Amino acid sequence: MQNGFLRVEDLKLHFRTTRGPVQAVDGVTFHQARGRTLVVVGESGSGKSSLAKAILRLLPRNVHKYEGRIFMDDVDVMRLTNERFRRQVRWVKAALVPQAAQNALNPVLRVQDQVAEPLLTHGKVKSKEQAYERVAEVFGLVGLPTDFMTRYPFELSGGMRQRTAIAMALVTSPDLIVMDEPTSALDVLTQANLMNVLKRLKQSTEMTFILITHDIATASDLADDVAVMYAGQIVEQSTARRFYTAPLHPYSKMLMSSVPTLREDKELQHIPGSPPSLINPPRGCRFADRCPARFDKCDQEPPVREVDGSRVKCWLFE
Amino acid sequence: MKPIQVFDKTMRADAAADDVLLSVEDLHKWFEIKRMGLFHIGDVKAVDGVSFQLARGESVTVVGESGCGKSTLARTILGLYGPTKGRIVFDGRVIDGQDREAMDWYRRQVGFVQQDPFGALPPFMTVHRILDEPLVINGIKEPEERERRIRKALEDVRLVTVDDYLTKFPHQLSGGQQQRLVIARAIILEPKLIVADEPVSMLDASVRVEIMQLLGRLQSQYNISIIYITHDLSTVRFFSDRIFVMYGAKLIEKARTKDLLANPSHPYAQALMNAIPDPDADNVERFREVPGGEPPSLMNPPAGCRFHPRCPAVIKGLCDVQEPPHFQRGDHHLVACWLYGEEHAERTA
Amino acid sequence: MNRFLSGLRQLSQYPSAIAGLVLIFLFIGLAVYAMASMPLSQAIDLWRGSGDTWQYTPRNAAPAWLNVFPGINRPVTMDFDTRALPESRTVEEIAPGMWEVKVSFPFEFTYDDFPTEINVFTEVRNSSSRPFFSMTWFTPDGREIPLGDADLRSAESFRLGQDSRLTRRLGGRAANVGLFADPGADGTAPLKGRYELVAEALMFEPDAEIDVRLVVYGQLHGWAGTDHRRRDLTVALLWGTPIALAMGLMGAVGATVTTMAIAAIGTWYGGWVDALIQRITEVNLMIPALPLLIMIGTLVNRSLLLLTLIWVALSIFSASIKSYRAMFLQVKEAPYIEAARSYGARNMRIILRYMMPRIIPVLVPTFVGLVPSFVFFEATISVLGLGDPVLPTWGKVLSEAQGQGALHSGYYYWVLAPSVLLMFSGAGFALLGFALDRIFNPRLRSL
Repeated sequence: MQNGFLRVEDLKLHFRTTRGPVQAVDGVTFHQARGRTLVVVGESGSGKSSLAKAILRLLPRNVHKYEGRIFMDDVDVMRLTNERFRRQVRWVKAALVPQAAQNALNPVLRVQDQVAEPLLTHGKVKSKEQAYERVAEVFGLVGLPTDFMTRYPFELSGGMRQRTAIAMALVTSPDLIVMDEPTSALDVLTQANLMNVLKRLKQSTEMTFILITHDIATASDLADDVAVMYAGQIVEQSTARRFYTAPLHPYSKMLMSSVPTLREDKELQHIPGSPPSLINPPRGCRFADRCPARFDKCDQEPPVREVDGSRVKCWLFE
Repeated sequence: MKPIQVFDKTMRADAAADDVLLSVEDLHKWFEIKRMGLFHIGDVKAVDGVSFQLARGESVTVVGESGCGKSTLARTILGLYGPTKGRIVFDGRVIDGQDREAMDWYRRQVGFVQQDPFGALPPFMTVHRILDEPLVINGIKEPEERERRIRKALEDVRLVTVDDYLTKFPHQLSGGQQQRLVIARAIILEPKLIVADEPVSMLDASVRVEIMQLLGRLQSQYNISIIYITHDLSTVRFFSDRIFVMYGAKLIEKARTKDLLANPSHPYAQALMNAIPDPDADNVERFREVPGGEPPSLMNPPAGCRFHPRCPAVIKGLCDVQEPPHFQRGDHHLVACWLYGEEHAERTA
Repeated sequence: MNRFLSGLRQLSQYPSAIAGLVLIFLFIGLAVYAMASMPLSQAIDLWRGSGDTWQYTPRNAAPAWLNVFPGINRPVTMDFDTRALPESRTVEEIAPGMWEVKVSFPFEFTYDDFPTEINVFTEVRNSSSRPFFSMTWFTPDGREIPLGDADLRSAESFRLGQDSRLTRRLGGRAANVGLFADPGADGTAPLKGRYELVAEALMFEPDAEIDVRLVVYGQLHGWAGTDHRRRDLTVALLWGTPIALAMGLMGAVGATVTTMAIAAIGTWYGGWVDALIQRITEVNLMIPALPLLIMIGTLVNRSLLLLTLIWVALSIFSASIKSYRAMFLQVKEAPYIEAARSYGARNMRIILRYMMPRIIPVLVPTFVGLVPSFVFFEATISVLGLGDPVLPTWGKVLSEAQGQGALHSGYYYWVLAPSVLLMFSGAGFALLGFALDRIFNPRLRSL
């Protein structure tokens, strides 16, 4: 984790609701090196989608708290004004493929115009023709035939639309692409194809990816590093190898043993209980009431410790 | 009532005719597409010649991707649609949607677990009312009897303490609890068969195990047959004795679970196996061998074998012309693929 | 129930809802008061105003509370009746077989302008012979003006302003001016002070009774003034309230419930039933409702009930069927509907117990917002001359005002009063409806 391109420190994003502030992202800290893919793994209620929005500053109106530090290439982009962020960071340095992006395409625009839009908005090209050239390039990168450029979104299948959304993120050649559940709504074969595309991208470019998903199995297709998110916090970050062979945090372990495998017959265990509400998260360790290894110190907020190059937020490693 | 003929070779060997609970014989379900409600354009052939049998207490998984017709198959088996052609025989009675009395009897024999736990529950009804409805509708008149069944159902799905849950509304339950309630509703009429259409795909990973284990436990406790519909092969080990692979409105491979997982024969089944990763950090280096393309149109399916446009092992002149029958691959293992036919064996010999 | 209570609590957060509710309760209160103070049949009779029902009120008088404004000091009707003021009458047997009845009505007149009329009404009972009757007028400055005498029949009315001899005696000024004119001011302003009417009657039978009533007709009268037929407008405005509310609610309920039921049946059964309903709706959308109503009202029958029923029928097959249909179609596809079919629920049960409860929260704001349109409907057809001929309603008042050229003649109150009532009643429901809409449909009707 040297050569950190992206450093997120103590990022907080709380939303205001009628029942109280939802602490969706509550002190998230992680690092990522350039060119590596980080997978943020979390279940529903972990706040992982809010993390994507927090990094790209795509905030709704009911924001209660938004603070922390996000360093891209050693520049703290949190200090930029909204306008400068829009011009210099969003879709320039970092882009987002949002959840269910295949449904977020504008139905009245041709696909090439949608993909070209970020180029034209940020003034990266001088003419529409230049934009379309670049669009054809990224179509090739994601494996879409160029004669689909003039089609409308409804003429494309779900898998193709998802590739279009990825093309849109790639078109300005950002340094970082954040993908929120890019394959969850797709069929197995389409998913596999898309993962192949992303793997090829990963290998042929120096792009840094953050993939947010709940699916540990498909995550392993792309992960160089894994961060586990629970109740708004990162409870473990390690390399993929270490995570998939010997996870450290009790939640990570239980998560691994709850995922069925195709090729081996494994004894599965489910995690009893449910994640805490993000509105009033419990004091101390948030996983404590579901944790089999709980002991009295867990009533206090556990510190983050480095263990063999991984970082864990758990009293067991004190 | 004609005695059931046992024709499904993949069923367990010791099943005699009176052990057959469900017999699906050459089932077709076509939806007519009319323009402006009047002009016939074509038919969406969602189920196009499906045959299989299920013995009492036996469970089977139907695996396939979206658009293969598995959801329509589920609903036709449930009696929500009447078959276009072919028939369903359940416990000796023919079910074809005509005889009202037979349908009423049939509905009590089959329970339905749906994909969306929250959508499957009326948001304005309490847990108690949700479970009471099937009982009231099906003529269980005595309130004490209904109370007893409601409590039993909630205990069976482990939503305890029962009294805590009776007055709750669906939105007050977690996803896992909601699905357990859906299962409770499905078993409350003491059915012999449960059809579960993607029951865990909308649930979190850690909750899926719970629900699958619950279904497995109910199956062994009450000897209920389960038809489990999914697109996720990795969940099949829980309780299925057999797997059917569905593609393009047809069953293209039928085998015992262990045999299919060890030895997927149809190129599509092999592609499915390849497509699903197990959690393994080495996956980053591996590209998966999966065919491109799209699932076939159910209105205008390809000629011959429906998978042939995407098949890496396609035999030109054969696969694109003639639809393959089911060939015997091994003991209790059938594949609808020319690669396993005698003709092919002859050609490659 | 819980949902209802929490809805109420949420409602209290919206000032518009509170304003709306206050207005609605005010109108309900008014309606209740109207219905309690006199039955509808009586109100109808009153409003029909046969013969002499309204002879004790001035014509086209403005509301009495105008005097509240500085600079306005116009006479309000003063009504003196021996039946109401028994102490004003004394009976004395001045000779055997002859009784003198003396009636005295003193009063203060402090207004800046003259009354519009001045009449005296007498009623004699139990007398076969005619009593002899004379009246004298006393002014503040001590003048005594005889007003005339007569032999009384059982009921008499003395319209002093039309008595030409009296007018001549008062120097060419009609009695309502002449009796009050300030002699020094040359008849342009009334003399303020204490006036008195003294009437004497000679009766010749012991049981004979006489009642005398003096009405000094003001330029202002009552809460809302009077119209061209001397009818006190408060009767129509008061009783118009429950009629308006009833029409509004009936129409809104009828339209909403029926529309919803038809939409539900159409969506559930699909096929030709649905297609038929949709075609009827589309044809209906093209038919202009108001001209149709005018046609029917003129050619067939003017009863308010019939026209309302037709209006309701037309508004059922309206655009709202299409929006309910859209909602029902969405609900119909909900998994829990499918689940209900799978455990054997029949169509009717599904429509009533599974689909309707989802739609009702959406309905409530629509329903509330629909009430004003039905209230206005009545006013509209009244103004167009199609309204019910006998019912006293706000629309009736408006249409008569229009027919009499009220604005042209400066009788603004005649138009303003019903208009203000219409506006505020509509506003009350509209405000409540908007607030309800925000509560029940936070995401604008997403089911």
